[in-house]
Amino acid sequence: MDFHRPETLKDAPTHYCPGCGHGIVHRLVAEVIDELGIRQRTIGTAPVGCAVLLYDYFNCDIIECAHGRPPAVATGIKRMLPDRILFTYQGDGDLAAIGTAETIHAANRGENITVIFVNNAIYGMTGGQMAPTTMIGQWSTTTPDGRGQYAEGGPIKVCEMLSALDGVCYLERVSVSSPKDVMNARKAIKKAFENQIAEKGFSLVEVLSMCPTDWKLPPEKAMDFVNEKMKKVFPLGVYKDRSGGRHE
Amino acid sequence: MAKIKFYAERCKGCGLCVLVCPHGNIRMSTELNETGHPYAVLVDPARCTHCALCGRMCPDMAIEIDDPKTSKKDKSGKPRE
Amino acid sequence: MAEKVLLKGNELLVEAAIEAGCRFFAGYPITPQNEVPETMSWRMPQAGGVFIQAESEIAAINMLFGASAAGARCMTSSSSPGISLKQEGISYITAAELPCLIVNMQRGGPGLGNIRAAQGDYFQAVKGGGHGDYRLIVLVPGTLPELYQLTMNAFDYADFYRNPVLILGDGILGQMAEPVELTPYEPILDLPPKDYVLDGCKGRPPRVVKTLYLHPTDSLVQHNLHLQEKYARIRRELNLYEEYETEDAELIVSAYGVPGRIAKGAVKMARREGIRAGLIRPLCVWPFPAAPFRKAAQTAGRFLVVEMSFGQYVEDVKLAIECRRPVAFLGKGGGWYPSQEEILEEIRRLSSKAQDPASVKGSV
Repeated sequence: MDFHRPETLKDAPTHYCPGCGHGIVHRLVAEVIDELGIRQRTIGTAPVGCAVLLYDYFNCDIIECAHGRPPAVATGIKRMLPDRILFTYQGDGDLAAIGTAETIHAANRGENITVIFVNNAIYGMTGGQMAPTTMIGQWSTTTPDGRGQYAEGGPIKVCEMLSALDGVCYLERVSVSSPKDVMNARKAIKKAFENQIAEKGFSLVEVLSMCPTDWKLPPEKAMDFVNEKMKKVFPLGVYKDRSGGRHE
Repeated sequence: MAKIKFYAERCKGCGLCVLVCPHGNIRMSTELNETGHPYAVLVDPARCTHCALCGRMCPDMAIEIDDPKTSKKDKSGKPRE
Repeated sequence: MAEKVLLKGNELLVEAAIEAGCRFFAGYPITPQNEVPETMSWRMPQAGGVFIQAESEIAAINMLFGASAAGARCMTSSSSPGISLKQEGISYITAAELPCLIVNMQRGGPGLGNIRAAQGDYFQAVKGGGHGDYRLIVLVPGTLPELYQLTMNAFDYADFYRNPVLILGDGILGQMAEPVELTPYEPILDLPPKDYVLDGCKGRPPRVVKTLYLHPTDSLVQHNLHLQEKYARIRRELNLYEEYETEDAELIVSAYGVPGRIAKGAVKMARREGIRAGLIRPLCVWPFPAAPFRKAAQTAGRFLVVEMSFGQYVEDVKLAIECRRPVAFLGKGGGWYPSQEEILEEIRRLSSKAQDPASVKGSV
């Protein structure tokens, strides 16, 4: 089958480590934007974290935000330009630690935006510290004996947590750790953008992704880590879907 | 006729394509590219079915496939928007 | 003649902003500025704009970051502790050179402090507050007509210089009411096109709004040099102040905001007693209008600074006159208000001993 770089991705090599999932997620988002024909009315947000430089890779308008604030920034843009398509691209520290309040309240307001949440259970850019989604027992540079339930608390399960909010339209957890998972992730991301186009409200896709460097694993073992360990703690699936109904 | 392209200079040698190729038709090079990584190479073009699983797993857009039958490009070669 | 209305400062601020085309407000309730979000919540929809009660001050300022990048005239308002929370966002907005208006109706601090008026956020406003080498244009109206006019002008300054503007008021300014003529908005500057706006890349290359400068290594130095050039230009071009009876003054009284207005009353009373007092009352404190101070220092023997804080504004007065004259100080933070009589008493004391600076108590 025909397979090419989507127009929404620039022809630029990324700075990501070998085997990092960000490159796959970037491509899926870009493919969906291409497919829906919305590149010229899309504005994305770049997070603080490994994906901060995504403005060098995405071929559409991008605003780089302070750590954790993309949902608030996207709210500001979307409310002023309701016919534009807004996506945030956020890591686990950005979305579920320093930006927890912004995430929950944008979701609760039912902001008509699309959130791409890349969960790799570790802080990548700063060198492998504990993330809010680091799993119990998982090693990180700030949990040298493994994350403990009592001192550090368990991993925050974002989809489960947000599913309690009435404002949320769509929540799905996917993965990019196998070709089949990648295809499913693409479908979920597409749906999250379609919901926005149809003005159905807040959609979030959580993508379990590999961080071979900070997990200290070779790329193929990092895929196994997602498939065998992360999927047990973060089960894949649809956590909320009221896209069938109208967004009030 | 479809054609698969591996961009050696883009490849970081993660090997995810090698893992997912259903025909075991991709291997890593023994020499290094300009950025110091081994890179993916096709073993036998004749055995490639152009299923694009390798491209879908590639985090670096280092693999592309031209397939006139399913192409979404217009005649000028530009993708349709 | 335009309509004259009696409104609280906080309400008037809303009318001025909407008149000037502000169409986005995000904020979080905090006393003594609650009338701003409350009034905005119904006036903004009336004007076809957006009002959001944000989940936090941090979210509010970041919503402005977005709204401004989308091309809107936008504002937020708060009071001291809330403005502290906004500092992160202010630093980013300044780095990205986006225009917006921030209003601080100051209350007593530090900490939770109290809800009486104070001026303890002066350093935060004019010397930084957030991280990095940046400046805010800081306007300090002392009356409600000034608040009305300066609020409208603030949006022009913000758009013209692509820089956030801060209105540094206080709880009294926000809560007091006086009759104000609601004059129509007239742009005071020839505003540049907003060629940075993110509205989708149709018909143009994609744009990026960012504050990270990694490559080349000196790119952040270059960006800072560009910002400094802009700040130097603002320093040259923006000088707002009121001078009153300074020509022959032996003693110059200076205060900004509401104390400036009270000080003016005290100077008038002193003149009636034959004391040659004068007043310099800045309407912006960054850039600091140093020129009238330097000029006055050539003829006036001494200065008296009045502020509702423990000696912040006074430092800029001393810098402006390069410490060439003694500067007496009358001020307290935490919700203390100066009365005309108190200031007059200080003027009397200083004028009678003007020949002997060393004997003046309270000189700093």
